[in-house]
Amino acid sequence: MINKIVQTMAEALDGIKDGSTVLIGGFGSVGQPDALIEALIEVGAKNLTIALNNAGSGRVGVAKLMDQGCVRKIICSFPRSSDPVVFETLYREGKLELEITPQGTLAERIRAAAAGIPAFFTATGAGTLLARGKESRVIDGREYILETALKADVALIEAWEADRWGNLVYRGSGANFNPVMAAAAELTVCQVQHIRELGSLHPHMIGTPGVYVNRVIQVDRGPEWTKE
Amino acid sequence: MTPFTRDQMAHRAADDIPEGWCVNLGIGIPTLVANHVPNTREVVFQSENGVVGMGPAPAKGSEDLWNINAGKQLITLVPGASFVGHADSFAMIRGGHIDLCVLGGFEVAENGDLANWATGENDTAPAVGGAMDLAAGAKRLWVIMDHTTKDGRPKLLEKCVYPLTGLKCVTRVYTNLATIDVVAGQGFVVRDMAPGLSFEALQAKTAAKLHQPH
Repeated sequence: MINKIVQTMAEALDGIKDGSTVLIGGFGSVGQPDALIEALIEVGAKNLTIALNNAGSGRVGVAKLMDQGCVRKIICSFPRSSDPVVFETLYREGKLELEITPQGTLAERIRAAAAGIPAFFTATGAGTLLARGKESRVIDGREYILETALKADVALIEAWEADRWGNLVYRGSGANFNPVMAAAAELTVCQVQHIRELGSLHPHMIGTPGVYVNRVIQVDRGPEWTKE
Repeated sequence: MTPFTRDQMAHRAADDIPEGWCVNLGIGIPTLVANHVPNTREVVFQSENGVVGMGPAPAKGSEDLWNINAGKQLITLVPGASFVGHADSFAMIRGGHIDLCVLGGFEVAENGDLANWATGENDTAPAVGGAMDLAAGAKRLWVIMDHTTKDGRPKLLEKCVYPLTGLKCVTRVYTNLATIDVVAGQGFVVRDMAPGLSFEALQAKTAAKLHQPH
């Protein structure tokens, strides 16, 4: 019997090593796997490369992960989110490497990794500072730059519902980076609000088939997030 | 001379959006554009975090924390709305399926170059977000911004000084003083101006040659 549901955070994050590349889903707090991020801080793996849209705010979540010295490098599109105090400090002190990537290029680099495509040409960023050091080519009269796939050891993601096969259903704008990240990592761990019986999730509603998912853990998001 | 207000700038841009377009609005004044498209004209607003068919802000008490826009503000959905993930949302943007993107700007050059993401090469941590994808991928790019900086320096230039977001991508600029088309091979063409403003006065606040429409 296939059963990807785990009961503890220790099982959920078992095997995450120092030096791993970790994709973290979510856009703002929507679809962001807060409980898994907290658990990753507990694991204490160091020298991580993390890829996500923002660089954390305040001193919680991803910001706390960086504050604890777990992160060597961050790949993101928008480091200046609200209150990026930890990021700004570490970056200024030279303790954190930043790779700034346009948001669509970030998503596409992850998608390419998921689809077995090592690199691709895109017009985004051509002729700008972000094209520095990248191969460029003119195709049909337009300039494109070469971007490489972003493959990861681990993806930490959030969904609304899951079954024991790891099939995932998202809620509202909560899909964002989660489905593409789920498909681009060796180990994909998902935090969900609800576990459903196998067969009860409608096939058309499944946003991520379980083939991409290794472990699922149920976490209660709290009343303000769970109003139907 | 009375400059246009933020809402008037947004309203003028909204007036130029025809029924049926799929439109992505940037953060700031561009977000206001949606408020000025009448309900009788169906325009589909896309947000790059994967919302196609975005409606106005929710009434108090009916918020759903799972529904936000790219500015991370709570939103509603219109009938016909759909969700996609980031990879599909940006394929929509980068693949040329967005009819119009409206962004704010630091500088626009007469060849259509846009600078709106960083204010210098030594910027501590530049944040690009989806601006470069939208600049490169939308069918049309309009910019809404003040005509000059707060200290009076022109923002419409022969060549951008700040790092570029996209090359030759802007097709129209709505400022607090005028609406200006960016025409390939010609440059800035003034469509109309704030009441009481002379062409010469507008030219004096612009660091590139302005052209009269034919």
